[in-house]
Amino acid sequence: MKNNGKTAVEKVFSEKSGEDVYAGSIVEAELDYVMVNDITGPSAIDAFYQLDVEPKKEKIVLIPDHFVPSKDIASATQSKKLRDFAWKHEMPNYFEVGRGGVCHQVMMEKGFATPGALIAGADSHTCTYGALGAISVGIGGTEAGVIFGTGRMWFKVPETMMFRINGELDSSVEGKDVILNLISRIGVEGGRYKCLEFRGEGVEGLGVSDRMTMANMASEAGAKCAFMAPDKKTEDYLNSRSRKTWSFIDSDSDANYDRIFDIDASELEPVVSMPGSPADVKPVSEVNDEIDQAYIGSCTNGRIEDIRRAAQVLKGKKVHPRTRLIVVPSSQQVFEDAVSEGLVKLIAEAGGYVSGPTCGACLGGYMGVLGPGERCISSTNRNFLGRMGDKDSKVYLANPSVVAASSILGRIASPREVYEIVK
Amino acid sequence: MKLSNDLISGKIWRLGDNVDTDQIIPAKYLVTSDPDKLAMHFMENTHPELAKSIGKGDIIVAGRNFGCGSSREHAVKTIQGCGIRLVIAESFARIFFRNSINLGLPVIEAKIEAPEGTVLNVDMEKGRIHWDSGESEFQKYPPFLKKIVDSGSIINYAKEGLIRQK
Ligand code: SF4
Repeated sequence: MKNNGKTAVEKVFSEKSGEDVYAGSIVEAELDYVMVNDITGPSAIDAFYQLDVEPKKEKIVLIPDHFVPSKDIASATQSKKLRDFAWKHEMPNYFEVGRGGVCHQVMMEKGFATPGALIAGADSHTCTYGALGAISVGIGGTEAGVIFGTGRMWFKVPETMMFRINGELDSSVEGKDVILNLISRIGVEGGRYKCLEFRGEGVEGLGVSDRMTMANMASEAGAKCAFMAPDKKTEDYLNSRSRKTWSFIDSDSDANYDRIFDIDASELEPVVSMPGSPADVKPVSEVNDEIDQAYIGSCTNGRIEDIRRAAQVLKGKKVHPRTRLIVVPSSQQVFEDAVSEGLVKLIAEAGGYVSGPTCGACLGGYMGVLGPGERCISSTNRNFLGRMGDKDSKVYLANPSVVAASSILGRIASPREVYEIVK
Repeated sequence: MKLSNDLISGKIWRLGDNVDTDQIIPAKYLVTSDPDKLAMHFMENTHPELAKSIGKGDIIVAGRNFGCGSSREHAVKTIQGCGIRLVIAESFARIFFRNSINLGLPVIEAKIEAPEGTVLNVDMEKGRIHWDSGESEFQKYPPFLKKIVDSGSIINYAKEGLIRQK
């Protein structure tokens, strides 16, 4: 029997389409914002110009991040297209190099993502803003361009899978570990077309940054979006940022769920995703493969909280002579915070390399691309074959503390091992 | 003729499960959106000969979760650039599915147990596929998606005023 209650995602699509809808309906909905980056923006712009209408400027957010500062002439040509478009139409929300960063971080940090908002982004990790109670969906560039002109798009209202993390997490378990554990349970297509809703003490106990890491990787389970009910922590985060007024939103207690998973927080431990698939997860304690590179950055784990954790592990230690540590803050704001908190200096003294924000190496673009046979432990979200470089290179995914610890020992290791071995 | 009523015939190339967009078109080639340029690198990491072998009008038959990974439309454009007429998979990753519908690449979910090289006959209107030694069925597009597919792309669909202005 179907209940009358609605999940959060059903509520948002009902409101934005003006119809009373449940999972399975196809709707045309009004978007709050549409975001594109330097990879997806060019096709959005081409599509937009074919419509022959005025752009819905206040809804459009343009964030070059993948290949900026430009890595070569071809990428410069692409991001120039975004910049020219922004200037031609006097776009209010264009984030130039030095004032932006990785698109999703900017969308949250600059207050675009708010509870109950419907946001489309031409990037698969747009689902991240679910951490703040927004319904945010990854789409393609062409349809983003159509939204530039219409403010509207078609969507299928997804079913919701609920993950209830019961009990408190161990202090060594980070948001990254929780989501990797969940992906390993349901598989890379276990959440296909769904909204993943995370609840329970385990989630409430996490800070907003860890929640963003979890919502971010809903994409790696094939999900359409993520949702976490906003609370006091969300409110504090949004306080100085949100661009629109917002109110608390949650699923009804009698909403219909596709599936509910009850997870005992005490079963979760720090893990590593083995090369090839985010779902191929092992406890950190069982992996000690040697590594050439350790990478901390991206929309998944490149926030100030992540860099603080890495710095905590690196303090007074040295990066292993055979290993390179690359730390890329996910936005200009994060970079500035890392400088003012002395973290950049600390990492540099440990022998790590710190750069300004870019997607860069996360997608095998530049600034840390892997050579043949090289192995990298990374705080990013994808470890598909060849993701960060040569087709014969390997990527292991882990939380930033584990990445930092591994950089010190030159092999995959937990922070605890570092404290025991390197006194 | 409307695409959703079409009869499509073509030779098949088989791919496996979880073919991700980094395999379809590696990120280093995302510095262009030109389908012809992209097509030269289709599946180059795992199937280096494929791009050269595929012919116009051929059909891709893949396993589960085809097109998972990034939102890059380049994946669809690469496939279109190769001249592929249709992609059949046991299931599709959601953004890839959206991009295909929105860019006018027909995609259908079906399980096909025929070896590489088999010629399939696909009846888009009836939702049936047959070949020399077997047949299969698939779910036709719901009316809303059918309209987008028939208009050729989401751009045409929007131009026809079907995305209502508030
Ligand atoms: S940081 Fe990586 S995963 Fe995130 S938007 Fe950039 S390329 Fe994509």
